[in-house]
Amino acid sequence: MADVVLKGISKTFGTTLAVDTMDLSVPDGAFVVLLGPTGAGKTTTLRLIAGLETPDSGTISIGGRSVMADTPAERNVAMVFQQYSLYPHLTVRQNLAFPLQSPLLRTPPDVIERRIREVSEVLRIAHKLDNKATALSGGEMQRVSIGRALVRKPQVFLMDEPLSSLDAKLRADLRIELKRIHDDLGATLVYVTHDQIEAMTMATHVGVLDAGRLVQFGTPREIYEAPVSLTVASRLGQPRINTLPAALFGPAPANAAFIGLRPEHIREGEGREASVARVEHLGDQTRLHLVVEGHPLVTLADPHTPLRPGATIRIAPHNPLYFAADGARLV
Amino acid sequence: MNHSVTEPSRLQKWFAGTLVVIYALVTIMPLTWIIATGFKSPADAIAYPPKLVYEPTLEGYVNLFTTRSRATPETLAQLGPPQTWYDRIVRQYDMVISGPSRYGERFLNSVIIGFGSTFLSIFLGTLAAYAFSRFRVPLKDDLMFFILSTRMMPPIAVAIPIFLMFRQLGLSDTHLGMILLYTAVNLSLSVWLLKGFIDEIPVEYEEAALIDGYTRFQAFYKVVLPQATTGIASTAIFCLIFAWNEYAFAVLLTSGTAQTAPPFIPTIIGVGKDWPAVAAGATLFLVPVMVFTILLRKHLLRGITFGAVRK
Repeated sequence: MADVVLKGISKTFGTTLAVDTMDLSVPDGAFVVLLGPTGAGKTTTLRLIAGLETPDSGTISIGGRSVMADTPAERNVAMVFQQYSLYPHLTVRQNLAFPLQSPLLRTPPDVIERRIREVSEVLRIAHKLDNKATALSGGEMQRVSIGRALVRKPQVFLMDEPLSSLDAKLRADLRIELKRIHDDLGATLVYVTHDQIEAMTMATHVGVLDAGRLVQFGTPREIYEAPVSLTVASRLGQPRINTLPAALFGPAPANAAFIGLRPEHIREGEGREASVARVEHLGDQTRLHLVVEGHPLVTLADPHTPLRPGATIRIAPHNPLYFAADGARLV
Repeated sequence: MNHSVTEPSRLQKWFAGTLVVIYALVTIMPLTWIIATGFKSPADAIAYPPKLVYEPTLEGYVNLFTTRSRATPETLAQLGPPQTWYDRIVRQYDMVISGPSRYGERFLNSVIIGFGSTFLSIFLGTLAAYAFSRFRVPLKDDLMFFILSTRMMPPIAVAIPIFLMFRQLGLSDTHLGMILLYTAVNLSLSVWLLKGFIDEIPVEYEEAALIDGYTRFQAFYKVVLPQATTGIASTAIFCLIFAWNEYAFAVLLTSGTAQTAPPFIPTIIGVGKDWPAVAAGATLFLVPVMVFTILLRKHLLRGITFGAVRK
């Protein structure tokens, strides 16, 4: 296993700047989740590390060694793609053996057989080994493609939204599986996702990308509790952080343009009057849609709340986040 | 009107079936006529009204494969009774077999040139199509158009320049010359068809192979090629059919050593209006393409609908 260091990486496609002078340092054994909206450069960053794209400027090193001149094969990384991940003309067994049979590894057949058995047991695909790859369900396919990354021992695992095409149940199962694999192997993992639950539950570090730039890098807790900007703050948290005029609840710090309120920043029973517009029962949480002086606001409520639309409550901020007009957080 | 997708009614099935049978009969008619004529005697072949019932004979095939000369009664008497079944057929006309005809050679030439150029068209076409499909080639669209433009005129339009060129290069009447020529003509078709097929193979497979420790060429060979077999098979059939049946260039550029069967078969006519021999030559000439097509049939069916179905 190894660390990955990106220094001043830029990449343009035509006139689009996909990655903008990015500095990213992935510690050895870390599970780094890259979060960001579509087009933020997450996948491009992954492809740059893999060697599928060449950066316009900057350097990439893996395990302390520059890999700028290395082909994807020589970088010894494994990648799980979002889709089209299995070779359709091969069986599951052949798919798993494929990386081990590469001219770089030339693994002896008995070792291949053993590795396939181990991996297929971990991912619970042992009974499907002789199926054609195309004869699997979506979840099985994705498990096999994760398996294809696991069979060899790469320096770094790269995963591009590997769970996004799966249903919720399977996603939850595989999330736990991946986390367990990470703990067992002590592997370095760079993982791209849109899904904040995946980010919060699996990551040791989260990198938030916006418009090709790495805007914040830290532990999931840091990103959630101390976001550097409004953009970062709105990446994590369900329901989303509420952004309201800074002075809505009384005096605000100088320069503050917005106040950011997550459900835990809202204390009920005192402060300003808010009318209940809607009560949403989502099953695992109950959302309260409020209106404060014409500004909509969403917070959480007790599942058995007696509140009905039209009711009035009082709310006040509690340790809220303040942001300047340009979105930067004021500390 | 019911537009939903349902099982067709009996009447619809019957109607569709009849149409297919009629179409099959129309296409198969000339073919059966040629095959039948091959087994007629020369007299039956030109009989009017045409004979549907006749006594089959292998005369046409004997004449196709032999050259014969007329013998005087004395010579025939000297030779004694005919030794073989084909001798017997020839003796009916007071002839003796003087040697093999050139049909065998011409047929072999067709096989060498037809399959040789098909192999080369597919080999070069696959590599070119892969490059056009995957790499940033400068002026890609113009190049693709230029490649296709070689097909926009009848071959005969370029026959004279090619004739002169071949004479200069010493390629006239050689196997190599004909293979190169048919490959040049077929390449436009094979590059276009194969590019379409390769475009449909997601690039992610190769990227996965690159990361799995393979070089670009190994990824092409191990991942792209197996998935392109359908396209390659159907393209190969189209290329072979063209090279196999090509007449204009063959008649112009070959005469002795490298002559293929298509220009040779009509020359049999010159020797005594021998329609059964011509028909026999055409019948045998059908066999290799038919066998090749039947062998690749299961690929062809999917290949012809290329682009139409998403997997």
